[in-house]
Amino acid sequence: MAAAASSSDWPGRYHHIDQILDKPGPRTDPGFLAGDGVKDFLRGQAKILVIGAGGLGCEILANLALTGFKDIHVIDMDTIDISNLNRQFLFRQKDVGKPKATVAAEFIMKRVPGVTVTPYFGKIQDKDEEYYMQFNLVICGLDSVEARRWINATLVNMVDPEVPESLKPLIDGGTEGFKGQARVILPGITSCYECSLDMLNKQTQFPICTIANTPRLPEHCIEWASVLEWPRVFADKKLDNDDPDDIDWLYKTALNRAREFKIEGVTWSLTQGVVKNIIPAIASTNAIIAAACCNEAFKIATSSAAFLNNYFMLIGTDGVYSYTFEHEKRQECPVCGGEALDLAISPELTLEQLIETLTERQDIQIKKPSLSTPTKQLYLQAPPQLEQATRPNLEKKVSELVPPSGEVTVTASTLPFSLSLRIAYTS
Amino acid sequence: MKKNEDAAAKKKPKTSAAQIRVQKDLTELDLPATMKTNFPDPADLLNFTLTITPDEGMYKGGAFTFSFAINTNYPHDPPKVKCTQTIYHPNVDLEGNVCLNILREDWKPVLNLNSVMVGLQYLFLEPNPDDPLNKEAALEMTKNRDQFLNNVKSTMRGGYFKSVQYDNVLAR
Repeated sequence: MAAAASSSDWPGRYHHIDQILDKPGPRTDPGFLAGDGVKDFLRGQAKILVIGAGGLGCEILANLALTGFKDIHVIDMDTIDISNLNRQFLFRQKDVGKPKATVAAEFIMKRVPGVTVTPYFGKIQDKDEEYYMQFNLVICGLDSVEARRWINATLVNMVDPEVPESLKPLIDGGTEGFKGQARVILPGITSCYECSLDMLNKQTQFPICTIANTPRLPEHCIEWASVLEWPRVFADKKLDNDDPDDIDWLYKTALNRAREFKIEGVTWSLTQGVVKNIIPAIASTNAIIAAACCNEAFKIATSSAAFLNNYFMLIGTDGVYSYTFEHEKRQECPVCGGEALDLAISPELTLEQLIETLTERQDIQIKKPSLSTPTKQLYLQAPPQLEQATRPNLEKKVSELVPPSGEVTVTASTLPFSLSLRIAYTS
Repeated sequence: MKKNEDAAAKKKPKTSAAQIRVQKDLTELDLPATMKTNFPDPADLLNFTLTITPDEGMYKGGAFTFSFAINTNYPHDPPKVKCTQTIYHPNVDLEGNVCLNILREDWKPVLNLNSVMVGLQYLFLEPNPDDPLNKEAALEMTKNRDQFLNNVKSTMRGGYFKSVQYDNVLAR
């Protein structure tokens, strides 16, 4: 592998990086293998996944390739829009309309010899755990909370305490205008993305009554058109943010509204910006955050220095301010908090008996538990209608309801959040 | 054998954070007798209705139904709530949109379905003409309270009022 990796290397190619990798420093991990060992790993074995090939993703891909990662995979579900070209520097005018992942991969491979970038044009949800298991590291440059929550939960669920390789460090970068953050998540060990969900800045939302009655801003008029008028006029048609005709309708409707209230400033691009919640992306913020993420990826992959613990934030709105702190794990986090319990039961045990077993266990102290599997409710204590609908399950055998090694989620007011059971059947 | 079972477990869908949160919210609802949930499909916890039958205030005697739609990004996103009937209320428009701060600008993931439901009931006990969604109703409420009360009573029986057809919402 080492030979293959070095075939495309020329003397001095990694001169600067080798300064770090050839000898230990005061901050290096005791496990650091200075010299060829670590270089082989970085350049010949490490496999890294980049999620998102947009503003952050382009920077991340370039940084990783130039740092010496040679086996890079990239996922993105988007195609290139002309408005991306000012900062997503792996794309050119001729690429507009093509998948970001594919074009970015080709560009990097052409520009940085010896690097393989494997693109996937699609959603992260298309891939299963087996796919994510092949990587050593995952870096995210995403703009969606939903996608981050998904990948975070997937990586946390993948951790098997008995298999160290099942723990995939997740490096998450994010930017919003002049602000940004980079964080390192060691699934199950450090606080996860879900732990910090309530820290998120919400997008600015205007009270619906202001929109309806006392608009003062062009944004109020646009929200009026999209939140109130669209559903009234097109009762059964869902607004498609990506359809220029839909945006056009909103723009015209908002413009009329603005005229009526003598408000100026409704434009087509503001309309699009408001409904798609577009925050102006700043190339330099992306560059800083991507650099921070890739720096962490390099340190984790090589153990050449202590890595970020665990949250770095950047505020560039007034001067340049940054702060690093340890975000703490939340006990009641629905993804990484709560307890998991392996439970071996007889295939003859009924659901009611299982619930009794749970309530009798001293170690979990549970009262009135509600149980479900990922696909159905087994037994819910309330509301009355759902209790009634699930009551017939109580008499059934658990083995009829839950497949072997199936997951059962238990919630109860006495639990901080939830308890996850993995059911095995004794034969 | 264990390995195979493990592999099988990995393939299976996991319960999402949103699902767990909704299960927790619903099974721990603490509702007064004036509020009742209804699940058209008991297997679908993400779509249901809530009926409020106020036992005091000017909307006493009515049964008001709201639809709840929860998406997979809950509790980051608030539930989408609409009144399914055409009613005469300062904070509910004729399309069923509801003006309740915690459904929109003041939503936080630490809030839950119980807080939303209690908030909705409060709108019937204390309609708020200062944040109107139905401007005419709000104006009437501030200017001529007796007339407003009359309008509430008559529209709750259904039928036309000022060329709008209201639904009969009298509790049966």
